[in-house]
Formats: sequence, C-alpha cells, structure tokens
Amino acid sequence: MQTSVLLISLLLMALVAAAFGFVVVRSGPREDDYSAVTSGGYLIRRWWFLFLCAAGVLVTAWSLIPFPLQAGLVGAPRAIDVEGRQWSWDISSRTAQVGESVLFRVTSADVNHGFALYGPDDQILAQTQAMPGYVNELDVTFEQPGRYRVLCLEYCGLAHHAMMAEITVTEGP
Amino acid sequence: MATQQTEYATPETERTPVVKLYLAIGLVVFAGLMLVGVLMRAAQGASLIGFGPDLFYQLMTLHGAGMVGTAGLAALAVNWYFLSRYVRLNQRVFLATLILSLLAVAMIVGSILIGKFAAGWTFLYPLPAQSLGQWSTGAALFFVGGLLVLGVAFLLVYLDMGLAIVRRYGNIARALGLPMLFGREPLDPAHPPTVVASAMVLIVNVAGIAAGAVVLVMTMLHLVYPALAPDALLMKNLIYFFGHVFINATIYSGVIAVYEILPVYARRPWGVSRPFLAAWLAVTLMVLAVYPHHLLMDFALPAWMAVMGQILSYTSGIPVLVVTAFTGLMLIYRSGIRWDAASSLLVLGLFGWAVGIVPAVIDGMIHVNLVMHNTQWVPGHFHFYLLLGLLPMVLGFASYLCSNGEQGRTGRLGVSVYAVGGILLSLSFLVSGALSVPRRFAVHEEAWQWLGDVGALSGGLVLIGTLMIALPILMRLPRAQLAGT
Repeated sequence: MQTSVLLISLLLMALVAAAFGFVVVRSGPREDDYSAVTSGGYLIRRWWFLFLCAAGVLVTAWSLIPFPLQAGLVGAPRAIDVEGRQWSWDISSRTAQVGESVLFRVTSADVNHGFALYGPDDQILAQTQAMPGYVNELDVTFEQPGRYRVLCLEYCGLAHHAMMAEITVTEGP
Repeated sequence: MATQQTEYATPETERTPVVKLYLAIGLVVFAGLMLVGVLMRAAQGASLIGFGPDLFYQLMTLHGAGMVGTAGLAALAVNWYFLSRYVRLNQRVFLATLILSLLAVAMIVGSILIGKFAAGWTFLYPLPAQSLGQWSTGAALFFVGGLLVLGVAFLLVYLDMGLAIVRRYGNIARALGLPMLFGREPLDPAHPPTVVASAMVLIVNVAGIAAGAVVLVMTMLHLVYPALAPDALLMKNLIYFFGHVFINATIYSGVIAVYEILPVYARRPWGVSRPFLAAWLAVTLMVLAVYPHHLLMDFALPAWMAVMGQILSYTSGIPVLVVTAFTGLMLIYRSGIRWDAASSLLVLGLFGWAVGIVPAVIDGMIHVNLVMHNTQWVPGHFHFYLLLGLLPMVLGFASYLCSNGEQGRTGRLGVSVYAVGGILLSLSFLVSGALSVPRRFAVHEEAWQWLGDVGALSGGLVLIGTLMIALPILMRLPRAQLAGT
C-alpha cells in the first residue's frame, strides 16, 4: 500500500509542478491586456474547482465506506491486551497463527506511546495510539507467517527508539 | 482613498526599524536551526557523525520549538510590515513582542541545553512530567513557561493589530470582507488582501494561542502538583488544536508577502473578489476545525471527529489550489515578470505551499494514516509547506525589502541551490515514510540509514543556499532603505 501511496503522491505533485513550470516558462513576453488572461483563467478555475469538489466527494465516499476504524468487524477475534510503558511493551500473547484475526486492546501505563505493527517485510501493517486512561481497539488479521515487530511511533523519551517487541506468526496446525 | 489610507497608515519612519530587527534575528536563527536539522539527519544516517540519543532528542526539541517559534515571528514581521501600510500600528508594542519573545527563547533554549529538556516541541502531556531522570521538573517548567511567554508576546501584538483594524474598518468581520461577500456592501476591489489575511490570522491565532495557554498552564500545574492529572486525551486535543492553528497562521501570514510584492513584479493587481473573500472565510473556519486529522489514530475519539478531520483536511487545500496558487499563476502568466532572487523565492514559496498539500491530504485519509502516521511522511509534508513554502516567502520578503530583489548571480544561484536542496530533503522524508521509517527516532536501523545521509546532504544544500541569500541581506540590513510596495 505504501508504495502505491508514494507513487500517487509523486504523480499528483508532479502535476502541480508541471503547472508551475508551464506558467514560469510562459511568463513572457508581456500581455498588457490582463483581462484577456483572466477571462480564460477564470473559466479554467471554475472547472478546476468543480473537478476538485467532485474528486473530493468520490474519494471521500470510496475511502470512508465502510468506516475503516470500526474494530470488531471480524467475528469473535482473539483479544490480545497490550500495555505500553517507558520503554517496553507488555503483550498478553506474542504468538498467532496465519489467517487468525486478533483484536489488540492497547493502552499505556504512563505517557503516550504509538503501537505500530510491522510485518515480516518491515512495513507498517496497522497502528493505534497507546493512551494513558484509554483503551484503543485494533483489528489485525495475520496473512503471512514470520516475525512481526511492534515499534513505538509516539515519541516517549530517551529510549523511545528502542521500545520494541516481537510477535511470531506460524502456519496453522 | 489615498488620503484616507495615509491618515490611517503607520508613519513611514516607524514601519521599518523593528522589522529589520525581526528579520536579522530570524535569518540568523533559521540558519542555526537548519544546521541542527542537518546534524539530526546525519546522526540518523550514522555514516557522517554520531551522538547519543539524549543529545539527539534535545536537538529535536530545539529544532522543533525553534523553527515553529522563529517561523511565527518572521511571518509576524511580514504581516506587521504590510498591515502597517493600511492601519496605524504601534511599533513599541511590536518591539515589546520581540523582547518578550527573546526572553521566551532564553527560557526554552536554557531548559533544553542546560536542563536537558527533551519532550519534543509538542510537549505531549504527560511526558514533560515523566522523563525517568532525563530532565528535571524545573527544566520542564522553564520550557513550558517559555512557550507561555511566547504566546503572551503574540497576543500582545495581536491586540494592537486588532485594535488598529477595528479603528479603521469598524470590526474584524468587515476587515475579513464578510459584508462584501454576503452582498451587504458593494465589492471594493481596493480592499487590501493583506487586511483580509490579517483578520483571518487574528481570529484563528488568538483562539489557538488561548487554547495553548490553557494546556500550558494545566501542564505547569501538573508539574508542580502531580496529583492534579488532567485527562490525557483532552490535553492532546488542546495541544494539537494549538499547534495546528499556530503553524497554519504562520503560513497565512507569510503569504501576505506574495500578495503585496508579486503584483509589483508582475505589474498587475491582486485585488479582492468574492471567490477570494469566500476562500478566506472558508480557511478561517477550516483551520479552526481540521485539527482532528492529527488524532486519527486515537480511536477513543468519536468517529465523527475522524471523518471531519479527513474531509476538512481535503477541503482545506481547495482555497489554496483554486484561489491563491491559481491567482498567483495567472498574475505571472505572460506578465514579463523580472526574475530575480525575490520574485523567484516568492513563486517558490507559492509552489512549496501548493505541492505540499498533496502529501498532507493523502496522509489525512484514515486508510493511509493507519500506515503513515508518525512515520517520516509527516515531516516530509510539513517541510514542503514550511521549508519550501513559508521560508522562501520570508526570504523573498527580506530580499525585496533590503535590495529590491537584486542580489545578482549569487542570489539567483542561492535560490536554485536552496530549491534543489529543499525538494530533495522533503522527498527523502516522503520516501522514508513510504518505507515505514518512524519519525523522531534517534537511532535508525541499517536499512534506513542511507536516507538519513541523503537528508543530511540535501539539508546541507539548503543551508548553503540560505547563507548565499541571507548573508548579503544581513550585511546590507543595518543601512538598508527598505523598498516600498
């Protein structure tokens, strides 16, 4: 997913850059009648505005239905309790099986932490905040066997970068 | 109209001396903090230099707090200078704000370098009170107190700016152009965009700083009486509301330089229109309401806040892309504009702001935020906004005022070096984010380190470009007859 996000972003940014490049290259010679520029410009702007509105509606509907943060959508997942503390993770179970759906119930014993689950390819699969006084619930289905790592993604002090744990996912019986 | 404007405007002799002080201090501090940023990226790269995590996190706190504060003050200088053309401002108040800010800087820098405070510029509660021995309660109090003094300094000058606007325009809503937008008054194309932008900045930043003051005082009380423990999620909401509004207000202040100077170069007007006024009303409301996009991973919040955060994150970009950036491009198109250091920097600033919207909006989507939140994607997007957006606007303003933009080949080359370095640095952050590299890590894994080296070298280019532009300005500044617009 992250690669797609990067490529789409770079493409859209390149389009913005191209618009600026086009105008800078055509900054001369001077057209003294500015109204000739604005009349065409306002027409383009109107369509540009409508396009952005339409794209916004479509992308919003596509990305929010169904609502992506609805924990508990998976039937009867196994719950794993997670508590972050400076600078370690208490995790009630550190093993899972391929295909298994797990509901992580994440909280913190002291300051804010970020519970980020990294897959065997070292890419983030999902994350939530570990907050003192709150429990955030995160659904994860393990699709590959291997070593999954938990890193802290909310800065929490001197050894923040060393606050790691592992979850081992094996093939089912 | 001209007579009326002169009657209300700040006397010319009072407009420039304090602005020179702001610019001189701002440019020097920006360069120093860039060096800090380069050192941090080099430490993450591990092949050029290395230092311990305690120092890294102190430098991280210094870089964050310093850049946000300096950006705020530099953008305030832009705002104050141009607003003083239209309303009668008090330069003593403006100077008092600077003096108070320097006191705040001394408190913040002292808390970090002497007291070893390293909770990040966002001082996310309750971390300032729980360092596990890295810093003392006193150091935390000095840091938080310094931010509070800085907030008071801003409120002081905003009070003067607000009163001056009300004296001239009757009320803030009229300065924002609402009666013209809603047809209660005829459209006045001569109504200055600077006044509209200033009104917006006043509204949002007074609210933002007030929220900041609340959370800072609550943090101080917790530091002194640990048993007094506010709700962590409430504090987080207040901190991100304050932080988001404050940094946005700097950009919306900085763009005033584009509104005022680019038309001089293009020899075309940048007047107000109903779309312009609608855009500024929209951003006023959206800047105040969009902050939940920083809290998308706090599932304890109501779902409607996450949905609102995502939607407003997208819609916030529309006024910039459709009105400000688009009008700027129309202004330049076939204008015969003179390309020098100042005009190049101002257009670069407009570009950085517009292009930074893309990664910001994409990260504001909940689906994407699940895998990108608090990775280096985040500094990637805000370095586009600030390093390639706001800072070139400030540098362009300084270049235009001090040397009419004519900084010769060195100046033009400096802009190119700055732009290339800034784009590479920001892209290195985005690529790091796509590779799931966390932000705010003192020590990077071996597979990530090459990106730190790329970042350090690109940051070095930015610093060189900045010095090529800023040093001639600083040398000329004491005697400069600042250019008018």
